[in-house]
Amino acid sequence: MTDTLTIARTEEHTVAPRPPRRRRRGARRSWEEPPTAAGEAAKGVTLGGVLLVVLVPLWIVVVTSLSTQGSVNRAGGLVIWPDELTFAAYRVMLEDGTVRTALLVSLGITAVGTLVSMVVSVLCAYGLSRSRSFAHRFLLTLLIVTMFVNGGLIPTFLVVTGLGGYGQWWSLVLPSAVSVFNILILRAFYSSTSADLVEAARIDGAGDWRILWSIVLPTSRAVTAVIALFYGVGYWNSFFNVMLYLPTDSEKWPLQYVLYTYVSRGNGMPGSVNQGFGDALSQTAPLSLQMAVVVLTLVPLLIVYPFVQKHFRTGVLTGAIKG
Amino acid sequence: MTALRPALRPARRNWRVRLRRDRSLVLMALPAVLLLLVFNYVPLFGLVTAFQEYDPLSGVSGSAWVGLHQFERLFGDPLFWSAVRNTLYLSFVQLVLFFPVPVALALLLNSVLSDRIRNFIQSVVYLPHFFSWVLAITIFQQMLGGAGVLNQFLRSHDIGTWDVMTNPDTFALLVTSQVIWKEAGWGIIVFLAALAAINTDLYEAAAADGAGRWRRLWHITLPGLRGVIVLMLVLRLGNALTVGFEQFLIQRYAVGHDTADVLDTFAFYYGIATNDYSYGAAAGLFKSIISLLLIWGANKLAHAFGEDGLYRA
Repeated sequence: MTDTLTIARTEEHTVAPRPPRRRRRGARRSWEEPPTAAGEAAKGVTLGGVLLVVLVPLWIVVVTSLSTQGSVNRAGGLVIWPDELTFAAYRVMLEDGTVRTALLVSLGITAVGTLVSMVVSVLCAYGLSRSRSFAHRFLLTLLIVTMFVNGGLIPTFLVVTGLGGYGQWWSLVLPSAVSVFNILILRAFYSSTSADLVEAARIDGAGDWRILWSIVLPTSRAVTAVIALFYGVGYWNSFFNVMLYLPTDSEKWPLQYVLYTYVSRGNGMPGSVNQGFGDALSQTAPLSLQMAVVVLTLVPLLIVYPFVQKHFRTGVLTGAIKG
Repeated sequence: MTALRPALRPARRNWRVRLRRDRSLVLMALPAVLLLLVFNYVPLFGLVTAFQEYDPLSGVSGSAWVGLHQFERLFGDPLFWSAVRNTLYLSFVQLVLFFPVPVALALLLNSVLSDRIRNFIQSVVYLPHFFSWVLAITIFQQMLGGAGVLNQFLRSHDIGTWDVMTNPDTFALLVTSQVIWKEAGWGIIVFLAALAAINTDLYEAAAADGAGRWRRLWHITLPGLRGVIVLMLVLRLGNALTVGFEQFLIQRYAVGHDTADVLDTFAFYYGIATNDYSYGAAAGLFKSIISLLLIWGANKLAHAFGEDGLYRA
């Protein structure tokens, strides 16, 4: 992963040099006081503590998921220092129907949902980004109103079930497919960043579809990636909608709901997962297996995160300032 | 809200001509608008169920009208008032304990000179924002719960056990620390941007006039953050009745509904889970109306402080 990261970094530098920063980093200004030892130490301890609070739990979860039952027993629960390592939990988990199905369901919902959301949002953001176009202010107001006023939980539930969404996967996608906030971020980019290029293309006779596809999208890759991550994370993490619309169809559950049912609530997993750990009668799944489910919900996020992370500031700030 | 700023007056042309000219733009906007109409605007009309005795078999048109009956039930229901109390209390605790954390963290991070260290810390602290609540709470359970790391340690040293996850008395602190763990890192992003926008010449001039680092913090940095801080406060106050829904849904069974029911979970448990749809809709409508008033009031407050707030009407 480090290799690919470095490549991504260098590419970024060669393709688009960063704009000069307001404040040169890495150097102390001449007028600044020299740092005091106590101050620097306090700063280091605080920031180090912040890092540990985030990283240590993740470390423990990962190590426990990779530990043998013996090493879990010796530790009396979660394993902090790796002792005997094994991939047994992952092997058992990916053989067992429940978790494997849930993983596939989650990946499917995330892929389809993100695609639907991105297509709809990018089109809408571009469609509303040309000032003076027909009805764009009316449509924009229509969008923004929903940020302040909504029917709330029960009327929405009644509409979705009324349309036959109960027990259907689409009820996890369509009701939450449009995030007005995300559309406003995209729109802010589209209406500002490429205005000159768009005008030039229009004079050259390019239509709106063409402009969107060959000018606007390529010049706003960063914000597109950030918004896609926001949508993707939303679908990957969807939990309540499952509770609402698919509470009984356990074979349709995505991973988060499996995590909730079998790890958070500590219900026993169906099937024969416990046999892999020599304890077929146990009510709850073995700890390493539970932690492996936790890790599994983390992995896709950790794969995508490094590539998108560096663009956060652009994405979020446009939203915060122009939204 | 520059989005609402009136654009330059369009050349007044026949609307048919303009529609034909912009038909692809309108077409592009349509799918999103349709989805919003179906899943956001139609439910608005569904709010009339709050004034009915909704029967799933008869639908909205066939259900009996009962006027304000559901609201009378609601206001006479001690469980509802307990949910209101919990919501306000948790919201207040979060405002006091959570709100200053991202500001402080941003100031601290901004003072780190090394680019590489700063970027690394940022990547790490943003991460939990992308975790689901199920994941975050599972991690808390494994660290602080009855069978978690903390109690493993306490037991092995014979200090006894201390189960934070199921203790109603410390629930407010628990959920606030969860929110801090998950969201405080992400929260610094806007403050870092505001810090980067402060003109460095101001610091240099102040230093030349003999202002030390604390005076510079007080007279330059904090005033520079004022606009963002007020905006964030307005958003927080406007959302005072929303304190995190899934977070309470997931932990309700561990601490009991007396402690963990907030307005949103109330609408779910006493509306959908019991098929008492009209009752839940009434609770939801009550929350929406108060929330709108709060947003309006918070925005007025921001204007009183001379800030833009959320919108300028």
